[in-house]
Amino acid sequence: MRDITLGQYFPADSVIHRLDPRVKILSLIAFIALVFCSFNYVSLAFTALFVLTIVLLSRVPLKMYLKSLKVIIIIVVITSLLNLFYGTGEPIWQWGIIKVTWAGIHNAIFVCVRVICLILLSSALTFTTSPTDLTDALERLMKPLTVFHIKVHEIAMMMTIALRFVPTLLEETDKIMAAQKARGADMESGNLANRIRALTPVLIPLFVSAFRRAYELAVAMECRCYQGGEGRTRMKQLHLGKRDAVCIVVGLLVIAAVVLLDIFFAAYV
Amino acid sequence: MNFISVQNVTFKYDSQDETEGKLVLNDISFEVKKGAFVALLGHNGSGKSTVAKHLNAMLTPTSGKVYIDGMDTSDDKLTYDIRRRVGLVLQNPDNQIVASIVEEDVAFGPENLGIPSDEIRRRVDEALKAVDMYDHRLKAPYKLSGGQKQRVAIAGIIAMQPDCIVLDEPTAMLDPKGREEVLYTIHKLNKEQGITVVMITHYMEEAVTADRVYVMDNGRMLTSGTPQEVFSQVELMKKHRLDVPQATELCHKLRACGVELDRLPLDREECTSMLKEVLLR
Amino acid sequence: MSILSVKDLTYVYSQGTPFEHTAVDKLSFEIERGDFIGIIGHTGSGKSTLVQMLNGLIKPTSGAVYLDNINIWDKPKEIRKIRFKVGLVFQYPEYQLFEETVEKDIAFGPTNIGLNEKEIKERVLQAAKFVDLNPELLVKSPFDLSGGEKRRAAIAGVIAMDPDILILDEPCAGLDPLGRDILLSQIYSYHKERGNTVLLVSHSMEDVGTVCDKVMVMNRSRLEMFDTAQRVFSQGERLQKLGLRIPQITSVIDELIDAGFPLKRGTLTVEQAVEDITEYLKREGRL
Repeated sequence: MRDITLGQYFPADSVIHRLDPRVKILSLIAFIALVFCSFNYVSLAFTALFVLTIVLLSRVPLKMYLKSLKVIIIIVVITSLLNLFYGTGEPIWQWGIIKVTWAGIHNAIFVCVRVICLILLSSALTFTTSPTDLTDALERLMKPLTVFHIKVHEIAMMMTIALRFVPTLLEETDKIMAAQKARGADMESGNLANRIRALTPVLIPLFVSAFRRAYELAVAMECRCYQGGEGRTRMKQLHLGKRDAVCIVVGLLVIAAVVLLDIFFAAYV
Repeated sequence: MNFISVQNVTFKYDSQDETEGKLVLNDISFEVKKGAFVALLGHNGSGKSTVAKHLNAMLTPTSGKVYIDGMDTSDDKLTYDIRRRVGLVLQNPDNQIVASIVEEDVAFGPENLGIPSDEIRRRVDEALKAVDMYDHRLKAPYKLSGGQKQRVAIAGIIAMQPDCIVLDEPTAMLDPKGREEVLYTIHKLNKEQGITVVMITHYMEEAVTADRVYVMDNGRMLTSGTPQEVFSQVELMKKHRLDVPQATELCHKLRACGVELDRLPLDREECTSMLKEVLLR
Repeated sequence: MSILSVKDLTYVYSQGTPFEHTAVDKLSFEIERGDFIGIIGHTGSGKSTLVQMLNGLIKPTSGAVYLDNINIWDKPKEIRKIRFKVGLVFQYPEYQLFEETVEKDIAFGPTNIGLNEKEIKERVLQAAKFVDLNPELLVKSPFDLSGGEKRRAAIAGVIAMDPDILILDEPCAGLDPLGRDILLSQIYSYHKERGNTVLLVSHSMEDVGTVCDKVMVMNRSRLEMFDTAQRVFSQGERLQKLGLRIPQITSVIDELIDAGFPLKRGTLTVEQAVEDITEYLKREGRL
């Protein structure tokens, strides 16, 4: 039995959870830009502090955040090392072609902090927003794109259905694998090519079943009068509340602060 | 008044090479009164599921007519209206749930109908209460049991407030407990809300409790009547390899052995009280 | 001598997490060679976990499974061999079909055993015969078969491994009464002809009652009863207390017995009941 929740939604009752998902998505974009616009140590520290505040406010156990960082830590280490060793300027330490410069150290620190902030922010979004709320908000945010003949509703509907069927198909994969193992299929040994070949008995039934499900789902949707996005209403309406207004104001203040810090402490690079 | 009227319907698929020319439905006629609970019994491949798809205009007859409350299903302009009034619940509950949260799935139908938000909210809550799934409204469907999923699917249909629900083998993939839950729910909806029910099934037990039973075999209507009338024809049913209640079969066989019985019972209580009389006589 | 026995068999899901759940709790039993055993119980009573432990798909948390008196996990690397000896047919097995032709699909198991081509061919034909699959169908794609045929082809895929023990998890799920009767009689004649051990997991007491000699009743991860079918089904009240639905005919006869008529408890088929009642009436001189 697996307990997969895509996007790892962590239900809790926090200020961040209760924000309008549209505000959260737009804030995420704005803050990511902010992370990359923090050019000196003071503004970077300020931004990092702000990100930590969000993390704490979300009431999601820190362990969950650390888990999502763990996935990315290798990339952080590698990029930091590359930056560390390929900096320009006077070397402060050298061994063969490898040299460490002040600029390299600076770069490494900046990259490291920025990537960590990025991960923490996007995790904060996915931890505090249910997948349905996310697709819902995306559909509404992308609505203006319909002008360019982008099928926003269809894209959102596809995401909804995909989210709905991920656990079902995972469960099905488990079942098919067990059934083929019961017929003596060997999926645990042999080289890579053998292992890939051993997946055929799993993948084919899985595809067949996915197509059958898709067909039946289409029939069921038609039976329920689905005719595309036109004329469709929604049960859940998103309302911008006081909380969202506060969030937007705080967000703008933080952005202003970072810009000011960038300017005033430009020397601390 | 007849809510559903199926008149001499014949149906065949146009272009499937192997089944071409073979009549899936052969001169099928029947009527369903408003508020009735009707069962359509037959083996897989008897054409009963094809009938189901005719009742909400998913399929239209090759010849003959289907009228839903006077509306002709062959008229394209009426399709949407017909589907709103006749909801179809399918066999596999997993493949008819669209959203990853129970209440949002139930809202799917009403949303398609363009109903205002607060009205949808009210209907969704009502529908979930009617199928006893209100407490599970925020759960993910894949965490529910088969019976619970099927009840969510039924809620999704009744939230559209149809006059009639057609259920195409809704219990075939469920365990006995799930089957009981679903049957109880359907009967409750029929009794309390007066929703017309057409139950398509291959389980004889589920047809016994209907007002009227239609039996299909090989695309034709084999027999019809009250459950009592239908299941008393033990020989005919057995000849077509259909089940009859064990109580009915027992008394039928006893009668063949010379035991005097004036009629055949349908359920356990009736059977035991009849047999007690016979054994004491 | 017992062919299969389990001792204190236990399985715990997600051990050490808040989702910890004991699916099978200290089960011990022995199965004789040639037995036809029915396993009944609710969804979630542990039946599926149990049968997957019997063929080594799931490794027990504690306790052991002995096949011919040898612990199947003695040599973990050779667990695949156990699966050839204990064939397991999953619920809705038609969803595991994948080859281009029915023949190739049935041959998947025998090929994995490592048999030569001639042996494989023989096994396939024999297995197809057991489930009454028309030889013409063997060259077709499995996806072109009817629902019932797919089911039988999938079962043939396990039978073709020629297991000493055949386990079927709800083989009749979703079939109509006709398909169910045909499949059950095929499994029964396979058991009679091969004389091997068969375990049939089912929700339906009618099904179990018509073909099995012995019945295991699982309840809340434990083995509640394990006895001959007759003795298990004569405890109608106890079964109903476990939430298991007993056949209508059984409860009719039980009620008549309670009313004082000398009939046999645990009657499972209409034929038995008719015989019993007419015999009584004849004895009383009223027929």
